[in-house]
Amino acid sequence: MIAYTLLAGLLFGLYFSLVATGLNLVFGVMRLINLAHGDFLMLGAFLAYGLYTAAGVNPLYTIPAEIAAFMLAGIALYYAVVPRLLSSRDPEMLSFILLFGVSQIIEALAVIAFGNDQRAIPATVFGSRPVFLFGQSFPAAWVVSAAVSAIALLAVYVYLYHSRLGYATRAVMASRDEAASTGINVHRVSAVALGAGLALAATAGAFSAFMLGSIEPDMGIGITTVSFAVIVIGSLGNPLGTVLGGLVYGLGLMFMETYFPSWADLLPYVLLILILLVRPSGLLGKRVRLA
Amino acid sequence: MFAALPFVYGNHALLFNMMMYLVLAQGINVLFGFTGYLPFGYVGFFGTGAYGASLAILLLHLPPLPALLVGAAAAALVGLILAPLLRLSGAYFAIASLAASEIVYYIVSNPHLTPITQGPYGISLVQAYNAGASYAVMVAVLALALGAVVYLRNSHLGLALQAIREEPISAGFAGINVVRERTRAWLLSAALAGLAGGAYAWHVSVFYPKPVFDLNISVFAIVFTLFGGVATLLGPIVGTLLLYGLYNWIGISQPEYFQLVFGIVIVVLVLFLPNGLVSLLRRIKIDVP
Repeated sequence: MIAYTLLAGLLFGLYFSLVATGLNLVFGVMRLINLAHGDFLMLGAFLAYGLYTAAGVNPLYTIPAEIAAFMLAGIALYYAVVPRLLSSRDPEMLSFILLFGVSQIIEALAVIAFGNDQRAIPATVFGSRPVFLFGQSFPAAWVVSAAVSAIALLAVYVYLYHSRLGYATRAVMASRDEAASTGINVHRVSAVALGAGLALAATAGAFSAFMLGSIEPDMGIGITTVSFAVIVIGSLGNPLGTVLGGLVYGLGLMFMETYFPSWADLLPYVLLILILLVRPSGLLGKRVRLA
Repeated sequence: MFAALPFVYGNHALLFNMMMYLVLAQGINVLFGFTGYLPFGYVGFFGTGAYGASLAILLLHLPPLPALLVGAAAAALVGLILAPLLRLSGAYFAIASLAASEIVYYIVSNPHLTPITQGPYGISLVQAYNAGASYAVMVAVLALALGAVVYLRNSHLGLALQAIREEPISAGFAGINVVRERTRAWLLSAALAGLAGGAYAWHVSVFYPKPVFDLNISVFAIVFTLFGGVATLLGPIVGTLLLYGLYNWIGISQPEYFQLVFGIVIVVLVLFLPNGLVSLLRRIKIDVP
């Protein structure tokens, strides 16, 4: 029982890391909390669902389409609103409220387009046989989702630490002004980061049907809160700290669901508030955030 | 005005809800307008007030009016427990307060607490139901909320809060007890929501936990306030009358279209009119209370 819970926690932990990484990347680069994060994930889920029902496409093969579409959407969103906001009096609060408006628009359009029903992709698309890990059996969909998450997280690592644009991204994270003064095109870096953040959310969305239950238009805000909890547990502004946050959250969730199922819903919120109050810099944080 | 309207306009539910949102919008105004803290989880206080008042009637067998005070006290108590959240700033506070309201919701609706809170099965106060009296109470609560904002706009406390909002450190140097003043605003705002929640519970008399902890209640109150203009008396009133009127016009039959309009209003507001509608009047040199 414990071995099963532990392994399931790790699988879900990897998946939740993917769910939250995009939010953290965007926060790290732009210091803004993308309140529409969960709604973009929801759109990614509906894209996967649509391709599956219309053409029988396996969610695995929709990933390139998800990445391309949401990368472009993110870049467009950035240039449409952010430069204008940066010149205002209180950019952090205003962008927070603005993204909340964006989230409402997305949710409303999703209801208009897809209706209010719950959708699901049958978990048997990855084969109906369970996968055995260390003597425990798990649904194939869980293992596939966790593997895709691991690959995507690895890709984020390679991008940040082994590519030119990634170096520039980390420079902007460290100090926006200094990065600009060394000739880095801050707007381009930020636009790509927002695009990448949305693309990561959408990729996670393609597997949400298996990991988060059904797909429905109003799932966004809950996912945003959980993602926020995960990145706060890890460390705000440090995309790789998210992996730790995701694992802590995934394990915590699985143990709660096994031993105290009726209280499991409380977990992300309690963790979030505890960490914010006790250790605002997160488990991996180095310096104290000015809050 | 709302005391007289029921005699000329038949849709009492609409009038009651409009008053409720006026109270909540002013409560948000007290907190966000005067201290800059944006409480996404404001509905948590509303729900706490609704449950606090209902449980006082059901378990303690209090008459409705003292029960309302119990509801407000419960909301203020939750506010006091959550007061450390005020150490967080900006968006962190907003999300942490949202998490806090979800915690209250999950505790209240937990099936294990059914003997006390009825868990997910909801509350029934039919024995105390009194549409007229609860309507009158909401009018009084509204008057209280408006009075609170008038007081804040004209008092030392309101001035101190606005100073804290702009420059907390300088405000501290100027001799303002930053922590105490903003905790006061926080508790006042929580108690207002608690009163509104209690009056709502009494008025509808049968309700489930989900709708009284619905995030949309926070969202409505916040957007109504922003739309009209924060830190003014008139702003939240104008915002609530216009947008809640709009909601009743298109929102009830087609909520998704209303949500769309709502989202667009927020985006346009932030990009072009961050100080709300009343700032238009200010611009043409009309002073707004």
